[in-house]
Amino acid sequence: MTPRMLDVASKDFDIELRLLLEALYLKYHYDFRGYAVSSLKRRLAQAADRFDCATLSQLQDRVLHEPALFPALLDYLTVQVSELFRDPSYYRTLREHVVPVLRTYPSLKVWIAGCSTGEEAWSLAILLREEGLLERTLIYATDINPTALQRAEAGVYAVDRIASFTQNHRLSGARTSLSDYYTAAYGGAVFDRSLKGHIVFSDHSLATDSVFAEVQLLSCRNVLIYFSRELQERALGLFAESLCHKGFLGLGARESLRFSSHEAAFTPVVPEDRIFQKR
Amino acid sequence: MPTSRQPSATPAGRVDAIVVGASAGGVDALSLLLPTLPADFRPALLVVVHLPRDRPSLLVDVFSPRCALPVHEAGDKQSIQPGTLYFAPPDYHLLVDRDAHGPSLALSLDAPVHFSRPAIDVLFESAADVYGARLGGILLTGANADGAQGLQAVRRAGGVTLVQTPSTARASTMPSAALAAGPVDFVLPLEQMPAVLRAWGNGGAI
Ligand SMILES: C[S@@+](CC[C@H](N)C(=O)[O-])C[C@H]1O[C@@H](n2cnc3c(N)ncnc32)[C@H](O)[C@@H]1O
Repeated sequence: MTPRMLDVASKDFDIELRLLLEALYLKYHYDFRGYAVSSLKRRLAQAADRFDCATLSQLQDRVLHEPALFPALLDYLTVQVSELFRDPSYYRTLREHVVPVLRTYPSLKVWIAGCSTGEEAWSLAILLREEGLLERTLIYATDINPTALQRAEAGVYAVDRIASFTQNHRLSGARTSLSDYYTAAYGGAVFDRSLKGHIVFSDHSLATDSVFAEVQLLSCRNVLIYFSRELQERALGLFAESLCHKGFLGLGARESLRFSSHEAAFTPVVPEDRIFQKR
Repeated sequence: MPTSRQPSATPAGRVDAIVVGASAGGVDALSLLLPTLPADFRPALLVVVHLPRDRPSLLVDVFSPRCALPVHEAGDKQSIQPGTLYFAPPDYHLLVDRDAHGPSLALSLDAPVHFSRPAIDVLFESAADVYGARLGGILLTGANADGAQGLQAVRRAGGVTLVQTPSTARASTMPSAALAAGPVDFVLPLEQMPAVLRAWGNGGAI
């Protein structure tokens, strides 16, 4: 089912898109002007449809004058998909190649940029607990979508997702059973409060904010694909600045440093799993 | 500033890129089609085949040795090279974007369309937006309706469209849905497609 009311290929659509993004920036200080255009267009055409707007100009008019609409629009501007231990081999590689180095630090800071609804943060907390490192760790999990951050903080996931989460966790080289970390309640699985004590969820934009901490591990997965090369460059600059000497950077399965001037600042650790180390 | 009133000199050939979509039976169909393309074929080919999401795609390994053209799995933000075949990776949508260097590939994790990621509609609609009339769209065998709307988007933008004759397709739902969604330029069995493709590439009569 693809509801297509607006023709994204029309010339006016491009003009209206630029004006809408400019308006959102001026009014709400969210900057989507440097995002990859093709998928953004699709999602905005869907948003216009959902809010009964025949054009993006109408959508712009509504979102400027009805601030209550903005959070709902944000769910179209950003893409909230995640899983616990998504791409298990990424987490297996963290255990094998990164954890041994992390052990050498007396205290650890980890930044998860673009944490969405929290699955990646809870996964890393579980992994670090299994490896005996969580007690000395503070995880910063950041995103620009407040609704996603609230859900991340709540740490409640639908029961029907648990089977695949459990499978992913097992494939990640688990030392314990996933069920050790959640209890069933409210029709969902609620993740362990004792993990939560080591995670700080907060609002931070890779497009407009600056570095806030020095970290030993930075995981930013499936966020850079939504950015243009120029915006990727900005985000990777923040990462290079935030990471300590020899700190680790993990990206999404289809993301790379290839087009970036920051590539030279990193050495690949396990290229297939997109794990790099700052020189 | 260039204006839309001053078209740049049109390069040879009818199209700069061809998008191809297939689902059930698609690998066999593509095996008859893609190896027929000559090494000097100019357009880029972008291909979506619906595949299980949790297995690494073997498409590049299967087609590389059999095709005269270079074969790659599509990577995010890569510039699209002429005469090159790109397959969408499993579990990501493949789109066409435009950057300072020209048309480029983009991947996304947006929600599945027609229960599929990659979805054919997503590729075709974004390619139509970037390539306009200089695009060919081909829909082959498949057991769902993905691609039907995308092919119409290709046509609306002035591109040229081709659908496999449903009765010759392993699964006829996809080509039938494409024909039901609106007019297309060619309806052909696989054996007759290579000649048309070459004509699109060379600027022949078709
Ligand atoms: C597809 S999700 C990735 C979730 C998780 N990292 C994973 O891989 O499973 C992308 C996330 O990036 C966030 N995002 C988009 N733009 C951002 C920005 N400028 N700064 C920080 N996060 C951003 C979105 O809100 C969304 O939650």
